[in-house]
Amino acid sequence: MSDDMDMSEIHDIFYEESYEGLDVMESGLLGLGIGQPDLEIVNNIFRAAHSIKGGAATFGFLPISKFTHGVETLLDQVRAQERIVSEDVIEVLLESVDCIRRMLDMFKAGNVPDEASSIELKQRIDTILALPSGGAMKAASNGEVSEPAELKQWTIQFSPSVDILKTGNEPLRIFNELRALGELKIVSDISKLPDIRTVEADSCYTQWILILDTDAERKRIEEVFDWVSDQADIIIECKESDITNSQAQTTPIAAALELPSSEAESAVAVGASSSNGKNSSSTKESGSIRVSIDKIDALLNLVGELVITQSMLARHADGAVAGSEAQGLKDGLLVLERHTRELQESAMQIRMLPIGASFSRFKRLVRDLSQKTGKKVELKLSGENTELDKTVLEKMSDPLVHLVRNSLDHGIEKPEDRLAAGKPETGTLHLSAYHEGGNIVIQVDDDGAGLNRQRILAKAIEKGIVSPSEQLSDDQINNLIFQAGFSTAEAVSDLSGRGVGMDVVRRNINDLGGRIEVSSREGKGSRFKIRLPLTLAILDGQLVKLGSDVYIFSLLSIVETVLVSPGEVRKVVGNGNVYRLRDDYIPVVRLRDAFKLRCKDSIKTYLERDGELLVVVESDGQRIGLFVDELLDQQQVVIKSLEENYKPVAGLAGATILGDGNVAMIIDVPSLIKTLDIAAITSKIEDFAA
Amino acid sequence: MATILAVDDSPSIRQLVAMTLEGGGHTVKLAENGIGALDIAKECAADLVITDVHMPNMDGITLTSELRGIPEYRYKPILILTTESSPEFKARGKAAGATGWIVKPFDPSALLSLLDKVL
Repeated sequence: MSDDMDMSEIHDIFYEESYEGLDVMESGLLGLGIGQPDLEIVNNIFRAAHSIKGGAATFGFLPISKFTHGVETLLDQVRAQERIVSEDVIEVLLESVDCIRRMLDMFKAGNVPDEASSIELKQRIDTILALPSGGAMKAASNGEVSEPAELKQWTIQFSPSVDILKTGNEPLRIFNELRALGELKIVSDISKLPDIRTVEADSCYTQWILILDTDAERKRIEEVFDWVSDQADIIIECKESDITNSQAQTTPIAAALELPSSEAESAVAVGASSSNGKNSSSTKESGSIRVSIDKIDALLNLVGELVITQSMLARHADGAVAGSEAQGLKDGLLVLERHTRELQESAMQIRMLPIGASFSRFKRLVRDLSQKTGKKVELKLSGENTELDKTVLEKMSDPLVHLVRNSLDHGIEKPEDRLAAGKPETGTLHLSAYHEGGNIVIQVDDDGAGLNRQRILAKAIEKGIVSPSEQLSDDQINNLIFQAGFSTAEAVSDLSGRGVGMDVVRRNINDLGGRIEVSSREGKGSRFKIRLPLTLAILDGQLVKLGSDVYIFSLLSIVETVLVSPGEVRKVVGNGNVYRLRDDYIPVVRLRDAFKLRCKDSIKTYLERDGELLVVVESDGQRIGLFVDELLDQQQVVIKSLEENYKPVAGLAGATILGDGNVAMIIDVPSLIKTLDIAAITSKIEDFAA
Repeated sequence: MATILAVDDSPSIRQLVAMTLEGGGHTVKLAENGIGALDIAKECAADLVITDVHMPNMDGITLTSELRGIPEYRYKPILILTTESSPEFKARGKAAGATGWIVKPFDPSALLSLLDKVL
């Protein structure tokens, strides 16, 4: 242990392992059969609870250890098969998991949870424990009557069995412990020592009479012998006390060293010296270490810089160096490029976590929701090993919860409705994750009723989101559910419709640089498909040219690129321009106007071609076209924050440094659409199209 | 000072025990369950073993009896550090050959002074 490891770091380790333990408990409880539980699972759950209790007690989180104690007792009964696993028991244990999690959250945030929050649950556990179907809790051992603290002389006859040494018990240690209590005189009795030829070295033939002057109570003396009480005849007599009494006093007493934990922290903080002998031990520990995310981000940032430097070098070498001497340099640069790329990939890998942990949370959610709604749902998971950036993973949690709730609430039908529709009674909800074309895809499928397009359309018209005269494709109607202020739940239920709509889901996903699509077949089910970038630190970019500057779009935001001949762009009332993209009119804007760039040479590039290049982008379901001068390469770029290095700029998500050392701006499509006040143009499109 | 093998499946408890023992000048080897502990125990002769009871793969009681089967560890002190304080558990520990029983939460300074006694 190094000196910089202090108590708060150990506390952090405790929080993390406890959260992991709670996950183990939760998924174990969800997999536990009613009645005849798998003992291996019960053991895992028990161990997790036990560790949390032990850690909480050790580190002074007493409300957690007190509460978890009841949970552990209940689990212990289940483990000993003294308690039948009923739906009730699982329910109360699951709620306990939540309760412990909340208490941990509070401690972590620097607060102390008050007992009131767990008291109700604790009472429910106690009620179950008091029920007869499990063996009653063992009665606590009665405290013994203590004797007054005055100096007395005790005579102790200590006659250990011959094999006491074989259990690692050293009489000398016991004597030393007695010495700590007072004045000790020892008389050895070696009369039992056999003939020297038959002596076994690890047997004990000696017996002792110990005379102890002490003011300690009998209990303290008995404690010293507690551990060997069943391997020795021990008679403890007080000079004044009644001899007949003494034999009964040799019963073992519980808890040899129970000490308050309040002293623990202060004492530990002092400890900690350097360790040399620890090398082998750390390799024996699990094959992972916990590192603060800041350190990883600092590393990623440096790697990002290195990537830029490398491409700068490559570019200069290409242009500037010629001749045979240059070959060595170029070869070296090629190797450097490969290593840099590998380094970048490995560094990126550090932040990646499998989605499985986050998926398994849904077992609980689906169980709770199906109970609440009376629906029967089977949750299928696939692709749990697909890895996602930690930040993306965390930010995806809420949107996914919403989608799952939504599927259960609106998608999957009640058992009777399903049977009537000729479907199996139990609905299926399938969560999957996989790689597709450099992106991560997370998919939520259900085999429910599918989206009801008539109802969606009616609702959208009622809410004024679309006009009654509008002709919309099925796809467009499906996508209306992502519009702000849209909710089709006929009665606001407990599940969905708590003010967070699908628009928020889509916004969250867009904020991560991702996209969500919905497809649905009436009566067959719905599919929500979320595409996410592999990482937030690097962007798959489409480079475009505006005058002499390079701008970058995220490839994910681009729907398509079209060549537009002059005259295909129509003016609508006011300042807006629109272009007819197949059946849709979309607003179009010159990107150079949007960024207020003025360049003369650009006119020429238009004329050289048959038309202008229009990049169609989409965000929040809104498609717009942006005219650019030229399309350049597609490449991965390292995102540099403008907020950190300059100041936030509307319409820009950040900047990057290109291989030639120039800075290029990364376009933030959602924010650009907001800045351009596209809504003003879209409202005109209706008039235009009509 | 002694070489101590500390076994616990909880990383935080492991760290705390290691910090405490190293603070007392001891050399500490760590393992997260009985199996790992046996591997280490066979490699280096520890002067003392402190082990938790409830651990995956091999629990502390099994570890204790396994250790007692290794000649080097027949007389070495083996302490059990656990939240269990029931007489049944203690009896099982004792039967397996444990030297002492420390109930969690433990006081680091008391742990050190206990070690001084048994070492």
